[in-house]
Amino acid sequence: MPEPNMYRYDEFDAQFVAERVAQFRGQVARRLTGELTEDQFKPLRLMNGLYLQLHAYMLRIAVPYGTLSSRQMRKLAHIARQYDRGFGHFTTRQNLQFNWIRLVDVPDILSELASVEMHCIQTSGNCVRNITADQFAGATPEEIEDPRPLAEIIRQWSSLHPEFVFLARKFKIAVGAAAHDRAALQWHDMAVQVVKNQAGRAGYKVTAGGGMGRTPYIAHVMREFVERADILAYLEAVLRVYNQDSRRDNIHKQRIKILINTIGVEEMRRRVDIEFDEIKRAGTLQLPQAELDRITAYFAAPKFETLPDAMPKGDADFEAWKKTNIHRHKAPGHAIATISLKAIGQVPGDASADQMDAIAELMDEYSLGEIRVTHEQNLVLPHVRQRDLPTIFARLKAIDLATPNAGLITDIIACPGLDYCDLANARSIPIAQSIARKFADLDRQHDIGELKIKISGCINACGHHHAGHIGILGVDKKGVEFYQLQLGGSGAEDASIGDILGPAFGEHEIADAVERVVTVYLKERNAGERFLDTYRRLGMAPFKAAAYQEKAAA
Amino acid sequence: MTKLLKGGAFAADAFAPVADDAPLPDGGAVVSLSRFEKERENLLARNAPLGVRLKSDENPMRLGDDVHRLSLVVLEFPKFRDGRAFSWARMLRTRFGFKGEIRAVGDFLYDQINYQHRVGFDAWEVPDDFKLEDFARALTEMTNVYQPSTDGKKTIRELRAAR
Repeated sequence: MPEPNMYRYDEFDAQFVAERVAQFRGQVARRLTGELTEDQFKPLRLMNGLYLQLHAYMLRIAVPYGTLSSRQMRKLAHIARQYDRGFGHFTTRQNLQFNWIRLVDVPDILSELASVEMHCIQTSGNCVRNITADQFAGATPEEIEDPRPLAEIIRQWSSLHPEFVFLARKFKIAVGAAAHDRAALQWHDMAVQVVKNQAGRAGYKVTAGGGMGRTPYIAHVMREFVERADILAYLEAVLRVYNQDSRRDNIHKQRIKILINTIGVEEMRRRVDIEFDEIKRAGTLQLPQAELDRITAYFAAPKFETLPDAMPKGDADFEAWKKTNIHRHKAPGHAIATISLKAIGQVPGDASADQMDAIAELMDEYSLGEIRVTHEQNLVLPHVRQRDLPTIFARLKAIDLATPNAGLITDIIACPGLDYCDLANARSIPIAQSIARKFADLDRQHDIGELKIKISGCINACGHHHAGHIGILGVDKKGVEFYQLQLGGSGAEDASIGDILGPAFGEHEIADAVERVVTVYLKERNAGERFLDTYRRLGMAPFKAAAYQEKAAA
Repeated sequence: MTKLLKGGAFAADAFAPVADDAPLPDGGAVVSLSRFEKERENLLARNAPLGVRLKSDENPMRLGDDVHRLSLVVLEFPKFRDGRAFSWARMLRTRFGFKGEIRAVGDFLYDQINYQHRVGFDAWEVPDDFKLEDFARALTEMTNVYQPSTDGKKTIRELRAAR
């Protein structure tokens, strides 16, 4: 079994996680005896990733920066079988959720996770959440460097940070290092991007105040260039200003986006700089080069075989898969392969225990034991040989995971919605399924090209509807589910907030409305133009007219 | 009812809480920030230890250099979810170098005591049935820490470097 080049716990990390498990075991015991009320237990369980959903407890497992080893994948399959209903759900924050968990089992599940260097720390609650990253990190030729060492450094710094575990609201951080943003950086509370300054020296650009939900905002640039050694000092300064100055009187106005957009980014920068200078002077958070080097060594690029670029050819199915699911790797003769978890008619992001085990085998045999989870709820084999692609494709096909739709209209992000979530107003999964069925024809999907549909079952926007080229938001009108259509959003480097088209559509109208919108695009597009770009060029009017056409006629 | 936990033991409270409109006692007293700001001269002129009680939305910066003439700063947790006082305590210790007592009062949980201890609290107003061994346990559930704080505890990074 190959050991992937990723962070490995040393005795300190292992002890930390083990003690955290023991601590939670005690908290669960106190809850079960009634010593803790549900209200008191809630923030404690949330900081260990445990939600109380509509039907059962949901446990959210951290997948730091979306990187998993085959050993970890097998453990997840085991937990799915042993403690859940045989499947798990990969989320938009690169985590994995189990939806049918019993409270009494949770301490044992956490022990199982600790045995493969995993945990649920801070996957929920008003604290710094799992650090997410570009899923092609370390594999793409586009990046300045692998951003995951930085993500690991941030993960450690933010783990049970004594000052920041009872923030006003949750706080999501993402990292990236490529010009093409696959991590939705500008939609995060804070994001760090590896950049080079004019002198050619690498450092970090920090943005903050992005966020979805009731009040969507694209992030502001806080600082164009932070020196490597200063990065934790700067992040701590931002968190400190947020913790001190955020509102606490209205849960809808307590994210950092509201603070920054209320006081203005200039004032935010001024306040952050005061803290930043003070922390730098104290010196305790300076990041020594030796520490950066030590963490970076864990993620060192594997020794790739010397191979010529030679992409194999195959039948029409294979070629279709290659076209959308294969991306260029930095090493010649290699490729990055996306495993779509969006088979037509399936639940976006779900994988069965058997699929997880089969994927673990593929990881070991073909991808140096490693896999990535994407924020679009797919998986990625980061380091495969081009010559192995036909075999990988055949093996994936045998487990229904060879869907050739990465980035296409049926590669839909959807939150769990009212099928699971007690916050939801409407179901998301059946809408995703009905749209996917409508566009199931592969030639048609390829003709439409890149088109990102994102569906949320409530205003909290876990399904990223604001960032969808086509976004769909479920709303509740007097007990009936309706769906609002939004166009022109983006979660990439050209981030934008989708425009609300007009009155919501009924459950049985929304897929048809999407189809009419797409038809306008196909008619109006210039050669090579994506849906998003046609929308931006033409504006809302023709799309709106088409979307409501049938309604008006009826 | 509550009792005071200080220096790892239960202790007598040397500070009488004084309402904004009540007369000042002879000995140690704790007043609100607004009273302190109104009666600063008088309060600082008293020959007795003085404490100021801050609400969670009152930034200790408002005390300015006067903080060094105080013996106690009381930080309120109006509800355990309100974590601003963690930053206020940190600020008192590192920005001001405040050496006096920082006391946690209000609605905080056993599970927050370790974090409070790490950012500079050294006294807690706890329920009467609170057990001393629980305090000791709260501070030792997690042996090591990843981030530097005002407690000066060696971080995991430092422990690694020292191996």
